[in-house]
Amino acid sequence: MTAIATTDLGPEFSAAPRRRARRQREPLPWGNPIVYFVALIVIALMLAPVLYIVVGGFRSNSQITVDPAGWPAPWKVENYLAVLSSPQFWQQVLNSLIAASATTAGAVALGLMAAYVIARYSFRGRGVLYALFAAGLMFPITVAITPLYIVIRDLGLMNSLAGVILPQIAFALPTTIIILVPFLRTIPDEIQEASFIDGCGRLGFFWRMVLPLSIPGVITVGILAFIGSWNSYLLPLFVLNNEATFTLPLGVQAFSSQYSVDTAKVLAFTSLSMLPALVFFSLFERRIVGGLTGAVKG
Amino acid sequence: MTLRETSGAIVGPRTDLAQHEGGGPGSVIGPPLSTPRRRPRRSGWNARLEIALLVGPALVMFLGFVIFPVVMAAYYGFFRWQGYGPPTDFVGLQNYVTILTDPTFLEAVGNNAFIVVASIVLQGPVAVLLALLLGRRMRGQSIIRVLIFVPYVIAEVVVGTGFGLMLQTNGALNDLLESIGLGALTNDWIANPDIAIWTLMAILTWKYVGFAVILFLAGLQGVPEELYEAAALDGAGYWQTHWRITLPLLAPTLRIWAFLSIIGALQLFDLVYIIWGQYVASTAGTSTMATYMVANGRNAGNYGYGNAVAVVIFLISLVVALIYQRFVLRRDTAGAITEGKKSR
Repeated sequence: MTAIATTDLGPEFSAAPRRRARRQREPLPWGNPIVYFVALIVIALMLAPVLYIVVGGFRSNSQITVDPAGWPAPWKVENYLAVLSSPQFWQQVLNSLIAASATTAGAVALGLMAAYVIARYSFRGRGVLYALFAAGLMFPITVAITPLYIVIRDLGLMNSLAGVILPQIAFALPTTIIILVPFLRTIPDEIQEASFIDGCGRLGFFWRMVLPLSIPGVITVGILAFIGSWNSYLLPLFVLNNEATFTLPLGVQAFSSQYSVDTAKVLAFTSLSMLPALVFFSLFERRIVGGLTGAVKG
Repeated sequence: MTLRETSGAIVGPRTDLAQHEGGGPGSVIGPPLSTPRRRPRRSGWNARLEIALLVGPALVMFLGFVIFPVVMAAYYGFFRWQGYGPPTDFVGLQNYVTILTDPTFLEAVGNNAFIVVASIVLQGPVAVLLALLLGRRMRGQSIIRVLIFVPYVIAEVVVGTGFGLMLQTNGALNDLLESIGLGALTNDWIANPDIAIWTLMAILTWKYVGFAVILFLAGLQGVPEELYEAAALDGAGYWQTHWRITLPLLAPTLRIWAFLSIIGALQLFDLVYIIWGQYVASTAGTSTMATYMVANGRNAGNYGYGNAVAVVIFLISLVVALIYQRFVLRRDTAGAITEGKKSR
């Protein structure tokens, strides 16, 4: 847990970040060639299926039928253009974007408030509260999906993105809180005391000090919530039956059964749908990795 | 720069909320507390109000959408119910008897058990070796880590669709095998019941091994350099060093990874459902408890039964988790000592 907290709060909090900062300034030494060789093989294995999807989208169906594992000859952009010009695809991108943004905002907002209380207030039942949220890790959405579907239906949220967003926020809360609580605890008491002396209440402290200081942790949990929502399949499968409300994962599946003979187009659609998550991940890779580390160590 | 901007966007709604609450009840800004925190009994009504306001929304959402449905599943599980109107046809334990005597379900349980064990056996050693290999500081380490982690970020649907196409009998893998002269190895990777579960394991390993590597790399960072220096002075070899120092100190991370892996394997749904569909899965021998639940509950319009299956899955997961925590994670109290050393 200290990993994310200390690296981001700056050198005054511990000795570890100083070492790290220095490490980043100096260029690293080259490693053993054998290590690079093994890494290359592993990376090739990891990327080959992704490459198959992306490159396959540049081929034609006849190319794929004749030579399934071949390279595009010639490269065709028609499949990608067809997907990019279909309103269906953009509708699903929009739906996924709305669902993921709202889930992220909700999970971060509610999770941060609850984590703040658990981390910095003392009251009877605090341990129970933490244990309750932590126990939420034991309830993956798979177990709750059937009754959850009924709850959503009774609330009249079927076929609406809200029916996906609200449960996703709830199911993202345990991870969010478990990552944020130790993070908020590392904010030194002196800062809190100083702000109290300056006439800041606890909520004022939360608003002026905790929020700015917790931004790195918030980014981590935000990204986890965003990618989780972007990729989620089971809940939308139950809740969204109307094609206009489909998110991308449902769209990919619908598209691939609708155009099951048009393999090239399916590949193009699939690769375009994974692009946003990949871009998002590569932008924030350090945070995600740091957050996972924290989640496990905490 | 972009980092800050985006984070501002994420925090945006949050700050509005805080402001909103600040403008709400008049007593929000409490008296300047000179007492240190963590002293109970001092929290007056103001503090209680703050606690309620801050925890309330999260608690309501959590209880309403996570805990309540699980409790309702236990209730609905006692009924034969098509999902319309209130359940009236009380059948007692009939659903549970049906589930536990259904050979299809028992086969699914067996598949889940196999996946649990095989995930750990396949991914664990590979991930430890990779983490050891990539744990050294060297140029290009961060790009290597990112690329290994890529499959974990890709949606299950995308993975399923891609592999489904690649592994068809006339797909890219068989074609590749033919073209490099290994035509004898071509197979019906998805439908052949002797192979299918191993195909699934290969895909699962591909998708989740990066996650394990990242966790282990993080765990390795906590092993103090001095121990390696001391071991080198004492003349310990490469394997000896890792066997006696790295692995024991990595054990808490390993145990938590195994826990996450077990829970994930017990709940496995997306990949199987997408690649094998709800019908082929049982004939190919890859059906899991969760795909059984969806096929026989929602898809069959039999919601009482589906809920009962959910309860069984939950109980199995819970028992496994409790046993694991009791007998395996308990040792991490011993690990806490090394944690203490680490942070010093």
